[in-house]
Amino acid sequence: MTLPQAGWADHPAALALAGRHRVRVWEPIPWVLALAFYFAFPKHLGFGTELLVTILFAISLDLVLGYAGIVTLGHAAFFGAGAYTVGMLAKHGIWNEPVTGLILAAVLAAAVGLGSGLVLLRTHGLTLLMLTLCTMALLEEAANLAHDYTGGFDGLDSLPIAPLFGVFEFNPLYPKTQYLYVLTVLFVCFVFVRTLVYSPFGQSLTGIRENMLRMHAVGAPVRGRLVLCYALSAAIAGVAGGIWAQANAYVNLGTLGLDRAATVLIILVLGGYGRLYGAFIGTVAYMVLSHFLSKIYPTAWQLGLGLLLVVIALFARNGILGIAEAAVRRLRTRHATL
Amino acid sequence: MIFGIDVASMLLGGVAAGMVLFIVSVGLSVTMGLMGFVNLAHGGFAMLGGYAIALAMKHWGLGFLPALVFGFVVTAAASAMLERLLYARLYRATELDQVLFTIGLVFMMIASVTLLIGPENQPLALPAILQGQINLGITHYRTYSVVLIVVGIVIVGGLWLGFERTQIGAQIRAAVDNRRMAESLGINIARLFTITFAFGSGMAALGGGLGAEFLGLDPQYALKYLVYFLIVVAVGGLGRVTGVFYAALLIGVLDFVLKKYVPQGGTAFIYALTILLLLWRPQGLFGAKVT
Amino acid sequence: MHPFWFFMMKWIVAIAVAALAMTTSRAHAQEVKVGVNLPYTGIGAEFAQLVDRGMELYLKLNGDKVRPYKITLIKRDVKDPGGANAKIAVQELLTQDNVDILAGWIYSPNAIASAPIVSAGKKLAVIMNAGTAQITNMSPYYVRTSFSMWHAGYALGEAAAKLLNAKTAVVGYTDFPPGKDSLAAFKRSFEGTGGKVIDEIPMGGAGAVPDFTPFFQRAKDKKPDVFFVFVPAGDHAAAVVKTYAALGMRDAGIKLIGPGDITQDTKLQAMGAAAVGLITMHHYHADLDNPENKRFVEAWKKEYGATTTPDFMAVGGYDGMAAIVHVVQTLKGKIDADKALEALKGWKFASPRGPISIDPVTRDIVMNEYLSEAVMKDGRVFQKVIGKIDAVKDACKEQKIGPCAPK
Repeated sequence: MTLPQAGWADHPAALALAGRHRVRVWEPIPWVLALAFYFAFPKHLGFGTELLVTILFAISLDLVLGYAGIVTLGHAAFFGAGAYTVGMLAKHGIWNEPVTGLILAAVLAAAVGLGSGLVLLRTHGLTLLMLTLCTMALLEEAANLAHDYTGGFDGLDSLPIAPLFGVFEFNPLYPKTQYLYVLTVLFVCFVFVRTLVYSPFGQSLTGIRENMLRMHAVGAPVRGRLVLCYALSAAIAGVAGGIWAQANAYVNLGTLGLDRAATVLIILVLGGYGRLYGAFIGTVAYMVLSHFLSKIYPTAWQLGLGLLLVVIALFARNGILGIAEAAVRRLRTRHATL
Repeated sequence: MIFGIDVASMLLGGVAAGMVLFIVSVGLSVTMGLMGFVNLAHGGFAMLGGYAIALAMKHWGLGFLPALVFGFVVTAAASAMLERLLYARLYRATELDQVLFTIGLVFMMIASVTLLIGPENQPLALPAILQGQINLGITHYRTYSVVLIVVGIVIVGGLWLGFERTQIGAQIRAAVDNRRMAESLGINIARLFTITFAFGSGMAALGGGLGAEFLGLDPQYALKYLVYFLIVVAVGGLGRVTGVFYAALLIGVLDFVLKKYVPQGGTAFIYALTILLLLWRPQGLFGAKVT
Repeated sequence: MHPFWFFMMKWIVAIAVAALAMTTSRAHAQEVKVGVNLPYTGIGAEFAQLVDRGMELYLKLNGDKVRPYKITLIKRDVKDPGGANAKIAVQELLTQDNVDILAGWIYSPNAIASAPIVSAGKKLAVIMNAGTAQITNMSPYYVRTSFSMWHAGYALGEAAAKLLNAKTAVVGYTDFPPGKDSLAAFKRSFEGTGGKVIDEIPMGGAGAVPDFTPFFQRAKDKKPDVFFVFVPAGDHAAAVVKTYAALGMRDAGIKLIGPGDITQDTKLQAMGAAAVGLITMHHYHADLDNPENKRFVEAWKKEYGATTTPDFMAVGGYDGMAAIVHVVQTLKGKIDADKALEALKGWKFASPRGPISIDPVTRDIVMNEYLSEAVMKDGRVFQKVIGKIDAVKDACKEQKIGPCAPK
């Protein structure tokens, strides 16, 4: 009997791989900042809530784009499915408790994701992109046609959402409850996604993205994994849509629109996909810039935003996070050679 | 006989609508097929070209035809410059970085036009001879629709000849099918890219000017119709001129017919149709089958 | 420190404090902040510009009516009709900028989405365009100086039956709430006066302009007396008129009628001869013959360019600002929302569109409606007034039809 190679388990590469999932020192920072925002900018909480919801939506897209490699322009279909579930149940007096409403939204959105994933994920590239776009557009059209239930173009307004746990009311003018509620939901979903990504399931997704042929060769159930990932991502997008509807007490066709789907894609690519935190950075960069630029230059702010996108893209390092990582790596090697 | 006229006017209307789609989208299909570059700013070039044409007619009193030539040349030159300076840097980048870049470019185009000219719709005055109705023997029909059909046929004929019978056409076809092989044969790929890109953008400008009568011309044009251009390209198959042509006609005619007989469906039909077509033939109607 | 300096310091501080007190107290009495939300970018940018210019022109022409107060406009871009951005804009105007009065709203979905915040914020909110009838029911602080879809649609239904002797009509409408509102309004009054609507054709969405040819072909085949069309103002209207001419519908004896959105002044001249024969019912167009309008149009051309023209959206902003100034003067710069509403109930004003007032019950506008025909005059398209109805109220709320019934 030969002994196994001594020391392989202690090899730096092995240690790095095994420790990837461990919580790093800087990981609590975004949450600390989000809480600080609550205290520091009590008058900007409406904007803050919108920011957090978009981050959650972007994280759901990252799961499917950054980790499974599925490029989709139709992710708003699930956002809207979740939003309308909450909206229609509340407006027609069927159900308006917020937390369980979110669960219902997630389930329905996952169902839509499962159904469309089974059909569409046979294709890839431009074809898949167009198919996801058209599916979302069809849903939007269906919502418009069913305007007796969905409110059509005008949407469903003044949704009577019950207070959280029967105590905390959603105030439309001072959205304190909304902000903390959305922050908590975001945290829970983020922990879920993070665990998923570092699990064997998550790793297999990376494998599928990097080299689908080899994954097939090792017998991994490629299609099954992709569809499952798509459905999970849809569920989270549905949760994002659900809290959006609850926080705004309003839902309309914009939740299903190409504008929303394209914006979240741009945000994710801007921040850096496949890195979990790219969603945070991209959302903050995009929304803060457009919000404040549009206050100063109501007619010309798109120019500044477009310029930012062009500049980041020209670096071609996978968004802001990618550029930051490359810079850090360069600094480290410089230090190492000293 | 009445039914025949009905069908004829349906076909004419749909074909005319399809022609505009074709003229704008053909450039997008070739650049995406040849360069593998996702150029979402293509609609922006169509918009800029359309504006150049409309403003040249309004402020310099150019005739319609000279203005079209002017728009083509100006847009082709501007896009060639952009290609050399910026686009070329991203040829090796991921598709998503290309998407980010071109979307940023479109935002800048829209904002610039809004700032320089204004957000309102830009009217393009067609020469009187092209307005009104024309007598086709069995029925009267909108003159401009007939003109567009003729122009579209001429363009597709010209493009086909260009691709099949000229050397540069052969080079482009070769590079679309197998870039590495084409490069190893000594074809200057970089120069080919610039020429094709410039030509494609020029075609978009033509489409913007010719189609202004139907699609209007305002700063939002670049993004409003992008979805339709992408649908036509995806359904037709990347890099195939004939593919784009038939796809544009198909979508134009079906859209037309459905709107007349079942207007309640709205745009849903086009999306449903695209889904069915793409699920049936994912590579597009005329695309090369991917193994 | 030298005693002299102590002495000086006391005086300097005293003067500084007095000056500060004076400026702040003067600001309180003098400055009134109006928060304006409009879609300055995106597909509505053109409309935002018209309303914005209307507001600014009122302030410019009526400086004496504003004095001694100072009206500061705080402008926010709502970007799209999606609702979310409008909510954030209105919320921030209320909580961060602490405005005294809210104004704006081009798109109905934005006004609908803003209603809960407006009610919670308890500030007067002047709607300068959004036309869905029941919006003014959604918050007690909404006052509208623009129009309701029912003003023109309902009036036109009666006019078509009585003045134009039409028995049958086909209705073509853009498939979104203002279009459906228009259809409902026209149908109700047309059929109430003995006419019959023989076909209702939804003509695509409010976003990209569709090719209207198949819809118009269908209408032409039905051979109605009149073809009532509603499309949103802007590119849609231009395409409608072109298609009407291109299909030869006038020669086939089908009159094209509709609310004034289809002959919007800013697009009318570009339509050219193709627009001749169109009959529209609206509360305003630039060719109205009254002294206020003559002054308004002249001032507009002088300020914004001889080739520009105001239209119904511009007058919505103009009259909205007139209402705001009236409130400021009546309440002497201290704007309390409930007192402001009292000041506006029954307010009358000589507007470029004729005499207007605010209905004390519904807080919606009451104004004249003019039936006009487009003709060629002096080489340009001119809208000739062929009929007038005085003091028209919004029929939907007046008769409590459907969603307009109070909850």
